[in-house]
Order: sequence, then structure tokens, then C-alpha cells
Amino acid sequence: MSKGLQGTDKRGILELGAEEKIGWDAVPQGVVLHSFDGETSNSALLKPEDREYSEFSSYIASVASWRVIKPVYNRDICIDCQNCWVWCPDTSIISRDKQMLGIDYDHCKGCGVCVEVCPTNPKSLLMFGETTDNDESLANWPEKKKKAKK
Amino acid sequence: MAKKFDLNEMEVWDGNYASSQALRQAQVDVVAAYPITPSTPIVEGYGAYKANGYIDGEYVMVESEHAAMSGCVGAAAAGGRVATATSSQGFALMAEVLYQASGMRLPIVLCVVNRSLASPLNVRCDHSDMYLGRDSGWINIDAFNAQEAYDLPLCAFRIGENLGVRLPVMVHQDGFTTSHKAQNVSPLQDEVAYKFVGKYVPVDDMLDFSRPVTHGAQTEEDWHYEHKAKQHKALMDSAKVIDEVFAEFKELTGREYKRVETYMMEDAEVAMVVLGSSVETAILSAQQLREEEGIKVGIIAPRVFRPFPYDLIRDSIDMSPNLKAVVCMDKSAPGGAMGALFNEVSAAAYSTNNRPIMTNYIYGLGGRDFTINEIKRIMREQKAHADAGHITTEIQQFSGVRGPKLGFFTTRRD
Repeated sequence: MSKGLQGTDKRGILELGAEEKIGWDAVPQGVVLHSFDGETSNSALLKPEDREYSEFSSYIASVASWRVIKPVYNRDICIDCQNCWVWCPDTSIISRDKQMLGIDYDHCKGCGVCVEVCPTNPKSLLMFGETTDNDESLANWPEKKKKAKK
Repeated sequence: MAKKFDLNEMEVWDGNYASSQALRQAQVDVVAAYPITPSTPIVEGYGAYKANGYIDGEYVMVESEHAAMSGCVGAAAAGGRVATATSSQGFALMAEVLYQASGMRLPIVLCVVNRSLASPLNVRCDHSDMYLGRDSGWINIDAFNAQEAYDLPLCAFRIGENLGVRLPVMVHQDGFTTSHKAQNVSPLQDEVAYKFVGKYVPVDDMLDFSRPVTHGAQTEEDWHYEHKAKQHKALMDSAKVIDEVFAEFKELTGREYKRVETYMMEDAEVAMVVLGSSVETAILSAQQLREEEGIKVGIIAPRVFRPFPYDLIRDSIDMSPNLKAVVCMDKSAPGGAMGALFNEVSAAAYSTNNRPIMTNYIYGLGGRDFTINEIKRIMREQKAHADAGHITTEIQQFSGVRGPKLGFFTTRRD
């Protein structure tokens, strides 16, 4: 996956506010977190990698450690139907111009919904162990299943 | 555009009606409310203003007081001026959300019409609901009569919404004795009242789409403490803003409020610390005792219960060089401790020059009458402490309860 799609450089490294532990005098008034640095009038029109996420946006934080199994994406089989993109509860399917690019492993929690809704045969998304290398998983992809005769 | 409400220079209003008029004049954006005796007429009256075109804001009827305060929190976070009213059990049901409102720094105004907490079920006044919320991080202001139940909500918006404060404010009044007793009230005209309260200035409002914001985030041990410390600092510092708003209100109306009201304390030898509608009874009793028996009685009435006026309590105790004994009146079942007012005033008194003898009475639970004769008896007792130089009774006693005398702890000073 290209680096640009990971948003800012800080993403996936920074825990919320952990970089600099400020004191009571410097925390925001109220329990308020601003999503972006400064004003934004068009954030809905920008792609995530182009937005000025603030340090306190949860987009900056990684929750990869929550996952025990992960979806692996097989480009050779995918038909870009966008089902996984629609169904993913954590917007962790990265798709641009209706072309599927891959999984956002910083925010995917390994629920497996994308695999469930994938319509291809064999599926273009399958769950593998978190520690299994993706290339190894792709090398062991299952064959197309024949329809059972009636 | 809301219609103007024609008001006479002097109206005859009860405390509830006075408060609902103040909310109307403040042009509140959202009132989310659920009725409960004795505060119901505040939101009932407000609903009538809405129905009759006197209010532009929204009125949301909800299914409980928990939902009422939740609605207020949501509307305040969205960026509106918000208010509601409650009492007793309803206040207790709100308790969880009260802490959310203060921690989220949302300047909601809550009119609390004080009523006892069950069980036994009772609709009459004591201060158990006020005491239940005293650590919730809200500013607590106490109105002793209907005029104040009108004036103080107007001040409450100004205080809570101040950009350096941004904290929710409760305005208390005694159930029935204040809330349902018609008295002379001198209101401001609509435009004058609104000019005093001012236009609402939102902070980090969720409806500002150019600055998306999350309200009420979770923090664990790494951030929670810092937020609570900042919140406490803001609450302590609000004392200065309260003084400023009260001074401005005096300039506008001639009516003067202080964080601690004192009556005849300049030469007092004994004093009573008391809250709510009992204050006026206590003043009357003190005047009579001075005239009839020559006992120099003074009254200390905390107008602001939170932030606790530690500074002005000490000033009032040191006001008279002859002050020897102070009795603190707690109108709430103490639940296995000395009364809260006693504990807090005693803590302040400990670092005064006078260091008077401090005693505690529990009184008036569930609306039990507190008479002039009983106040006189209590003050004669304080005079006996003062003359003896030590506490001659138990330190905590119960006033006006039937059955054998009830009291706890005696002095260790000879």
C-alpha cells in the first residue's frame, strides 16, 4: 500500500495525546477533541489522506493491536463491487474511484464482515492469523469451488 | 419573533412563576423538562409562554429527569442556551448527568426547587437534593425568596456562560415556602433583562461544521485527573465572576447580592449560619432577641454554596471581634456525619482569629416548621456556650423532632 494513504506520518504511531503529556493548565476546556487542526469547510469533500487531522483525532491512532485475525485482500480475484467498502463498520476498506486498493490495517479490528459479504468465487478477501505474512496467505489462496450438481 | 410580555413595575409572583419568567426573558434556546412537585410550575409556565408565542426556543418534553438533563447536555453541546427545572427524586435521577454537564463545561441553568428525598416519600422542603448535588461541579446559588428566585437565574446565565467559567449553575429555592408563596416581585422589562443576560456565545459548538468536535470523550488515568483539576480551578475562580455579575446586577436594579450575606454581624457575639427561606425567619428572630433580651445575634447566609465561599465565611466570622459561638443549621438528613454546612463552615472558622465555638443543628427535615421561638431557643443556647466558654450541649442536635432528645458528641475543651 502506498504511504500516502496512511494519512499523516504520525498515523499508526501516536497514541492519543501520548506524545507530550501536558498539565491541567493546558488541557482543553471540557472534554473536547477537535477532529482537525484549524478550520475546515470542505473536509467531507477531501480524501482522508488530504485532511488536516488533529493529533487528537482517532484517525491518527492505531487500534491494530485489538485484532487477532486479519482480512487479506487478493487483487487477482476482486471485481471491485464495493460490497466490502459499503459494509465495513470501521471504514477500513480503502477504495479510490471505485477501485479497491486494500485494507487499512491501522483501523481494521478483524471482524470479518468484508469476507462475509464478498461475492466472488473464491472470495477475494479471506481471514488469516494476525502473524501470518500476507504473501504467504496469497500463495495459499483456495481454488474456485465448483457448484454442487442438483 | 417572540412577543413581548407586559409586566408591571411590581408583580405578585410566587418563586416558581418568578423563575419561569426569568427563563423566558433569557430567551433560552432549548428547555428539556420533566415535571416534578414542587418545581413543576416553572416548566409548566414556560410551556405556556411557548404555546402563546412568547418564546422562540424549543421546548422538549422527555420521559424522565435523566432524559431532561441529557437533552440539556446535548443541546448545550450543540451550541444553545439551555435551562430546566427539577426537585428531589427528579434531581436524584439527574445526578449522573449533572456530572457530565459540569465535566463537559456546559453552562446549563437548572432551577432546583428544594424538596426532601424519599424514603419516606415527602413533597415538602428540605435541602437533601441540594446536598446530593454539592460535589457535582455545578455553581450553586441559593434564593431565599421569590424576588431572588427571579433575579438569580438571570445572574446564573451571565455567570455560567462567562468565557472564563463555562460551568453549569443551579439556582435553589425552598419548595413551597418560596416556590408557592406569592410575594411582591419587581421584574425587569423584557428588553432590559435580555440586555443584562446578553446574547449567547457558543464555545466548541457541535453545530459549527467548520470545526468538527467531539464532546464527552473518554479519558483514563492518563488524562482524567488533569481535566478534573482544571474544572475545579474554573469553579474556584468563578467566585470573582460571581462578584462582578452581582455588582453589575446591583447597578441595574439596586438589589445587592453577595456570595455570603451577613446580617447584624458587625457586633454579634453569637451567630447562626443558615440557608434558604429560613434566613428571613432567622433575621426576624435575631432582631427580636436583640430588642427583647439584649443578645447580640448575627446571621450568616451563604448565598453561593458552590464554589464554597471559604474567604467570605472567614470574613463574616471575623467581622465582630466579640463573636464567641456559631451554630450551623443543616436542613438535610446528615446520613451518619455532622451536617455538611457545619463541617464546611467549621473548616473555614478554624483559620479565623475568632475561632468561635461551633455547633450543629439538624432541622426542618421534610418541611418541619422552623419557628421564631425555636430559633430564639437555639440562640439562647449559643449565648450559654459563649458565656461558659465551651459547648454546654451535644455538638450535633436535632431541632423540632418529637421523642427523646437526640444529640451526638460532646466537647473535649474544658
